Amino acid sequence: MSTYLDYAATTPMDDRVLDRMLPYLKEDFGNPSSVHIWGQRAEWAIEEARERVAKGLGCRPEEVIFTSGGSESDNLALRGAAFGARDTRAANHLLISPVEHDAVRKTALELAERHGFELEWLPVDNLGRVSPNDLRKSVRSDSAVISVIYGNNEIGTVNSIPDLAAIARERNVTFHSDALQATCQLPTRVDDLGIDLLSIGAHKFYGPKGVGALYVRSGTPLLAVQTGGSQEQGLRAGTHNVPLIVGFAHAHEIALARQERDADRFQMLRDHIIDGVLDRIPGARLTGHRTERLPNNASFVFQGVDGNSLLAALDLAGFACSSGSACKTGDPEPSEVLLAMGMERELALGSLRVTVGRQTTEAELDEFLGVLHDMVIDLRTPVAITA
Amino acid sequence: MTTKRTIAVAMSGGVDSSVAAGLLVESGESVFGLMLRLWSAGPERPNRCCSPKDVANARKVAGRLGIPFYVLDAKDEFKSRVVDGFIRGYTAGLTPNPCLRCNRDVRWGLLLERATKLGATHLATGHYARLRRTNGYYRLFRARDRRKDQSYVLSVLGQKQLTQTLLPLGQLEKERVREIARDLGFVTADRPESQDLCFLGGDDYRSFLAEHLEPSPGAIVDNQGNPLATHAGLANFTIGQRKGIGISGPEPLYVIDKDVENNTLIVGPKAALGRTHFAIREVNWVQGTPPEADAPLMVQVRYRAPAVPARLEYFQDRVEVVVDEPVINIAPGQAAVFYHGDECLGGGIISR
Repeated sequence: MSTYLDYAATTPMDDRVLDRMLPYLKEDFGNPSSVHIWGQRAEWAIEEARERVAKGLGCRPEEVIFTSGGSESDNLALRGAAFGARDTRAANHLLISPVEHDAVRKTALELAERHGFELEWLPVDNLGRVSPNDLRKSVRSDSAVISVIYGNNEIGTVNSIPDLAAIARERNVTFHSDALQATCQLPTRVDDLGIDLLSIGAHKFYGPKGVGALYVRSGTPLLAVQTGGSQEQGLRAGTHNVPLIVGFAHAHEIALARQERDADRFQMLRDHIIDGVLDRIPGARLTGHRTERLPNNASFVFQGVDGNSLLAALDLAGFACSSGSACKTGDPEPSEVLLAMGMERELALGSLRVTVGRQTTEAELDEFLGVLHDMVIDLRTPVAITA
Repeated sequence: MTTKRTIAVAMSGGVDSSVAAGLLVESGESVFGLMLRLWSAGPERPNRCCSPKDVANARKVAGRLGIPFYVLDAKDEFKSRVVDGFIRGYTAGLTPNPCLRCNRDVRWGLLLERATKLGATHLATGHYARLRRTNGYYRLFRARDRRKDQSYVLSVLGQKQLTQTLLPLGQLEKERVREIARDLGFVTADRPESQDLCFLGGDDYRSFLAEHLEPSPGAIVDNQGNPLATHAGLANFTIGQRKGIGISGPEPLYVIDKDVENNTLIVGPKAALGRTHFAIREVNWVQGTPPEADAPLMVQVRYRAPAVPARLEYFQDRVEVVVDEPVINIAPGQAAVFYHGDECLGGGIISR
C-alpha cells in the first residue's frame, strides 16, 4: 500500500469511534423519533452526542444541528441564512470570499443566479486572506450573510475569523465560517470565534464520513433547506443516522483531547515538508501563508509541471497527494482559489497539496521528498515529439 | 528473469482496450490505465475517444480489474498535432488520415512519453495487429482477425516505439474479445463499433470542415478543361468520389483530381481515374530499412482498400510506387502501406 498524504481529503476512522458506533448499527437500531423504548434509546444516544459536541464547541446543545457533512452544513448555512435574512429584514446582499470550498462558492452563485441575491466577492490578498478592513468597507445594512472559510482546504491559509466576525456582529449581519479543515486543529470555541454559523464534518478528524453539524447561534434567522419531519428543530428533516452521529461526537471528543499534541506534531511534519521542498526543488513556490496556515497543510505550485501528471506519477510511486486543479476527467482547470489570489493560470495548473495526519512519520516524508524532487525535475523535461 | 515490467494500457472506455487491459492483468502483469483527454469541437460534442461517459466506463473497467487509472490532458497537443493538420491538409487539397498522425505523434509520442514518465516500461493498446520479434527486430503483422486488422494505422511506428509496445488482441477474433469482455463483466462489452473520426463528435466530416474552413467556391471542369459547374470548396471532395458532385450526365462522373492552385475540381468517367504510378513522402519502415527496389510487395492505399501488387522505385528525392493494375482511389494525403504477405513493412503519405 502507498503512503497516505491526503488527510485533508479524509482521514482513517479511529478504532474507538467504530467500537462506539457498532451497537447502533446492530442491536440499538431504533428510530429516535419513535415513542417506544427502542426509539428512546436511540434518542438518548443522539442527545448525548449533541451534548458532547456542544461541549467541545462551547455552545448549547440545541445550537448543534446534525447534518450529513460539510457540504450540507454549508448549504444549510448559506441558503438558510440568506432566505432567513430576506424574510426577516429584506436583506439581499451576500458577501463571500472567493477562496471558499465549492459547497459555499457554488451555493452562493446559485443563490445569486436563480434566487436574485446580490453576490459580492470579498477581496483576498495573494496569500488567500480576507482583511477586516476590506470587510468593513464591503458590509452593508442589507447584507444577508457573510461567509469566510476558516482554514483553507487547498492552500491552508487561516483567516482571522474573530476579527472578521466582530465586524459582522457590529453590523448585525449573520456570519458563517466553513471550519471543515480547521476543526480539531485550530480553536473552534464559538464564542471565541464570535461566529453565528460554523460548519464541521466528522471525517476530517478521524470520524465517519457522511455526518457533520452546523452550529447555529440561538436567534440566528435560518430557514430549513430540507423539509419534512421535525427532526433537528425542523431545520433538517430526515431520520437521524444514529451510528454516524454517535461516531461523530466520539471522534470530536477524542480529537479535541489530543488537539494540542496533534497540532504540534503536524506542524513539525508540515514544516519539514515545506522546508524540504523549498530548499531542494527549484521553481517550487509555497501557496498560502507561511505560518498562518493549517498545522497539517503544505501546498505548492511547481513551475512548468502539470499537476495531474504529478499526482499520477506520485500515486504510482506510492504517495497519495492531491492538487487544487486535479480532475478525474483529465480536463484540468486551474484552481479558483489560486486564481482568486492572483496567480497566473499556467502556474496554477501545477499545484500540489500534501497533508499530514496521525499516521504520518518523518521517515515517510523524507522518502517522499526525495521522490518528489526527482519527479518534478523529470516531468519538467519537455515531451519530445518527432514532427 | 528480467526486471518486472510495468505496462500502461491506453484505455478508451471501449471494449478492445478494456480487454487488452484485462488480459494483461490476468497474466499477472503490473498494469495501470491511462487515458488522454483529447480536443473536441465543444462540450456538447465530446471527443469520441474520451467523452465523460467513456471516462466513466474506463474507470469502471479499471475498478473491476483493480488497477490504477488516470486521465491526462492532451487537448492542446491533439488540437495542434492532429486536428489542425487535418484542416490544413484539406485546405491543401489533400485527404488526410488523422488517425495515423495521432498514432505517431499522440499515442506513441505524447502518451508513450508520459507513460514512461509515470514509470511504465511498456505501452499496450487495443489495436488489432500482431508483433513478433525475430533476430532482435520487432516486426508488425496483420491481425489474425483480418476484418479488424489495424496494421494500416500502425504502419507509422518504428523499432523505437515497438520495443515498448504490446498488442494483446492481435491473436484474437473480435467475437472472442466481446466474449472475454462479458466474462470479465465489463460495462463496455456490447458497445457498438466506433467509426467516425473521434474529434468530429458525431458530426459528418464535411460539416466539420465547413465550420472550420472559409467557403471557397471554384469551377468544376472535365478532363479537357471544359467548365461544367461550380463547387463550394475543394475540401468537400476526395479523389474517386462519385456521390455529391451534383452534375448529371450520360455516364457517372468521378472526382479525378483536385487542382488546388486554381481551386478547380476535375471530374471525368471512371476510366479516367485509375493510376499506376504515385509518389510517397514521410516514408517509415517498421524495421528501419527499406525493402529492396523491385521486391514484390502489396500496397494498400486506404484503410479499407484491398492490397494490390506493387513495387517501389527509389529516386534521389522521392520514393515512387508502381502498381500493376490501375488503382482508382489514390488520394494524396492518405497513406500507402506496404505488406509482404501478412507482414506490414511500413508506408508513406501519398504526395501526388
